[in-house]
Amino acid sequence: MSNSTGARRMGVAAMLIAAAAAANTGCGKAEPGGAGAVGDAASRVYVAPGHYDELYAFLSGGFSGQVAVYGLPSGRLLREIPVFSQDPEEAWGYSEQSKGMLNTSYGFVPWDDAHHPELSQTGGEPDGRWLFINGNNTPRIARIDLAKMETEEILEIPHAAGNHASPFITQNTEYAVSATRFSVPTPQADVPLSEYKEKFKGVLTFVKVDSATGRMSLAFQILMPGFDYDLAHAGKGPSHGWAFFTSYNSEQANALKEVNASKNDKDYIAAVNWKQAEACVAQGKAREQPARYARNYMTEAHTAKSEMLSGVKVLEVAACPGAVYYLPTPKSPHGVDVDPSGEYIAAGGKLATVIPVHSFTRISKAIADKAFDGEVSGIPVLKYEAIVAGEVKEPGLGPLHTEFDGRGNAYTSMFLSSEIVKWSLKDFTVLDRIPVYYSIGHLMIPGGDSRKPYGKYVVALNKITKDRYLPTGPTLSQSAQLIDITGDKMKLLLDFPTTGEPHYAQAIPASLIKDRQVKAYKLGENTDPFAVKSEKETRVVRKGTRVDVYMTTIRSHFAPDNIEGVQVGDSVYFHITNLEQDWDVPHGFAITGANNSELLVMPGQTRTVTWVPNRVGVFPFYCTDFCSALHQEMQGYVRVSPRGSATQVTYNSPK
Amino acid sequence: MRRSSRLIVAVAALLLAALYVLPLWRIDLTAPQYPEGLGLRIRVDGITGRGPNDLASINNLNHYIGMQRIEPDAIPELRLMPWIAAGLIVIGLAAAASGRRGVLYAWLAALVIAAAAGLADFWRWGYDYGHNLDPSAAIKVPGMSYQPPLIGGKALLNFRAESWPDLGGLLAFAVVAAAAVVAVLEYRRAQRLRAGSPADQRLAVGTRAGELVA
Repeated sequence: MSNSTGARRMGVAAMLIAAAAAANTGCGKAEPGGAGAVGDAASRVYVAPGHYDELYAFLSGGFSGQVAVYGLPSGRLLREIPVFSQDPEEAWGYSEQSKGMLNTSYGFVPWDDAHHPELSQTGGEPDGRWLFINGNNTPRIARIDLAKMETEEILEIPHAAGNHASPFITQNTEYAVSATRFSVPTPQADVPLSEYKEKFKGVLTFVKVDSATGRMSLAFQILMPGFDYDLAHAGKGPSHGWAFFTSYNSEQANALKEVNASKNDKDYIAAVNWKQAEACVAQGKAREQPARYARNYMTEAHTAKSEMLSGVKVLEVAACPGAVYYLPTPKSPHGVDVDPSGEYIAAGGKLATVIPVHSFTRISKAIADKAFDGEVSGIPVLKYEAIVAGEVKEPGLGPLHTEFDGRGNAYTSMFLSSEIVKWSLKDFTVLDRIPVYYSIGHLMIPGGDSRKPYGKYVVALNKITKDRYLPTGPTLSQSAQLIDITGDKMKLLLDFPTTGEPHYAQAIPASLIKDRQVKAYKLGENTDPFAVKSEKETRVVRKGTRVDVYMTTIRSHFAPDNIEGVQVGDSVYFHITNLEQDWDVPHGFAITGANNSELLVMPGQTRTVTWVPNRVGVFPFYCTDFCSALHQEMQGYVRVSPRGSATQVTYNSPK
Repeated sequence: MRRSSRLIVAVAALLLAALYVLPLWRIDLTAPQYPEGLGLRIRVDGITGRGPNDLASINNLNHYIGMQRIEPDAIPELRLMPWIAAGLIVIGLAAAASGRRGVLYAWLAALVIAAAAGLADFWRWGYDYGHNLDPSAAIKVPGMSYQPPLIGGKALLNFRAESWPDLGGLLAFAVVAAAAVVAVLEYRRAQRLRAGSPADQRLAVGTRAGELVA
């Protein structure tokens, strides 16, 4: 009990210190050169007009549900990729072709909370093929094709509730992992909350990624004690074959977790030998458990195919000895990060006063020696002293995440003291610290969680901006800060606001993906069933109350551009094929009173929007993407007659 | 003809076969909206875009000014030119094989006529595309025509057009030049032989001997 009071006191003290730190940085801004940047910062981040950035950075949008693509070092926003949230600009989740991507076993879920982008890797190095990202709220993993920068697949994770520790990948992208942030009855059931300890379980999920196509499939799940699982990282090099998941609430509290889940001095990192688990599953040691989950992917026709799958292989820890061990780790660990060599596993204990660093060699030895400190629900707990390689003392307050520069240094984000702390992997001493503005969550070194960091910059991903930018009412942006890490002292170079809330991020040298970018889709390869390849094929077809408009766009007109014979209450499907084959010539389509969105159709692509006119009249449609000198002329009309009118369908397609 | 002349003629004639692969002429277009450029490649048997979509893009852009679509299949010369090229190769090889100056002169004449006719025809098509515009075009600029230059650069509204011989064209010019040089040298040599220079007679004998060996 005294422990709990201690923890609470510590929390309060930390908050007070955080407030003091914020006040201090406020004062610091009066200094010459202001706001923390160094003298040559401007030239370091200046990318001259028409020149390219050195790196692509992919920042999660958090509650925006999307991924934002920035150039580094300039911090210029290049694109926002729609992933989990409907996006009327690109008709993502509105067009008939993309709606299916947001299907789940809960029905159509047009939003999610996207936290952790993760680049695919080969041999532990980012290969620039795909970017995976988790949907935290309705558990999902999305895969983005980096040649198109479009979401290609979304897989729902059954049995999970809050897919937070996800989608961290293994070193050859064998698996993307997932862990439930909230333990829940598994399988779901109507259970009193007071039965948390007995009935609630946490699941760790391993999603197999096809090495050729990137297609995801649910391989197996491991049933774990009902803790809150937080973050993960896979081993690499010598620790390849293992994955590490942090957990908190080992107290298994089911109310006021703020206090009740912060009592234990140590919680656990679950070290999962996934190769062992894989073998157990192959030996038939997992049981098939009923589950319903959606898998949505884009077909060759650029159309979402949504499948509802059932059943998943669930492995009990007891059925597979040697698959899971617990690494005791101080105070509700959040991040778990594996250094480029694969030897060190650093944990960010949110409330801890040290950063513990476990050694994979020592973990292996402790397992061999059975240096156990009892077990929890059948999972052996390794002795802390037997596995820890060292502790970084007095690193700051609120350590969360660690990334590595490939030169033997680690960088840990400190939420409460709002700083990045650089420390040595050799002796675990603090080497440098730099304030960030304010309250950093994740931090990111390009490739900093891989075997080959691009150790030139670290990017701070900040939760709070307060006075950093011109104020915009009560809603303020989150921010990213670019910091130079090439010298002994970290130097702040740039500070830029972000879309949504950037949780984690990934970055990769531009050269790895720049030249693979798709410029247009080949019209000849368009297999959309509603595509038309020339203006001569355009037509309007009525079938009952369904009207299909097979329409084309090319600078600067629609074909057809006049349609008559539509009636109130018809379902009008505008199938727009963009005949353009030029780079950067999308056309848009918008019509009055559309209850969904516009369309933005890429060259060679077909997109469909549905329109149900609810009144009589003549309604214009027009191109929304300023395509050409005569863009304003790119328009047409639909005449809507009363229900049952004798007006026949006519249109003016070229013959 | 000297052995060396015959060798040069044979090689030059065979080099013409590269015209079936290399483009004769290139027209490159750049505009503020097309920093990467668009391009046409005129080949012995067709017109292609520099990139897979360039021809379609150029045709689409041209509709604004009312230019006819460039339809390679509708240009009869492009069906004829491969045969002309074949004829030029055959005549060149015949000149080399026979060693007869008359055939050499005929080859040179055929080359020059083909080149001149080709350029004139190219200019004629360019003129037609540039001047014969659809009166209902969206963009009409009084006094403006859109004929690409035969050779050189020209501004056509927002586009800069550059028209230059491509590798095939350069090669063809080189072959014509080689044929002309060989023809001139052979003509002079013949003149000297007729004048009865003993040195040249010896040379002529030597060449004949060489032929026998070959």
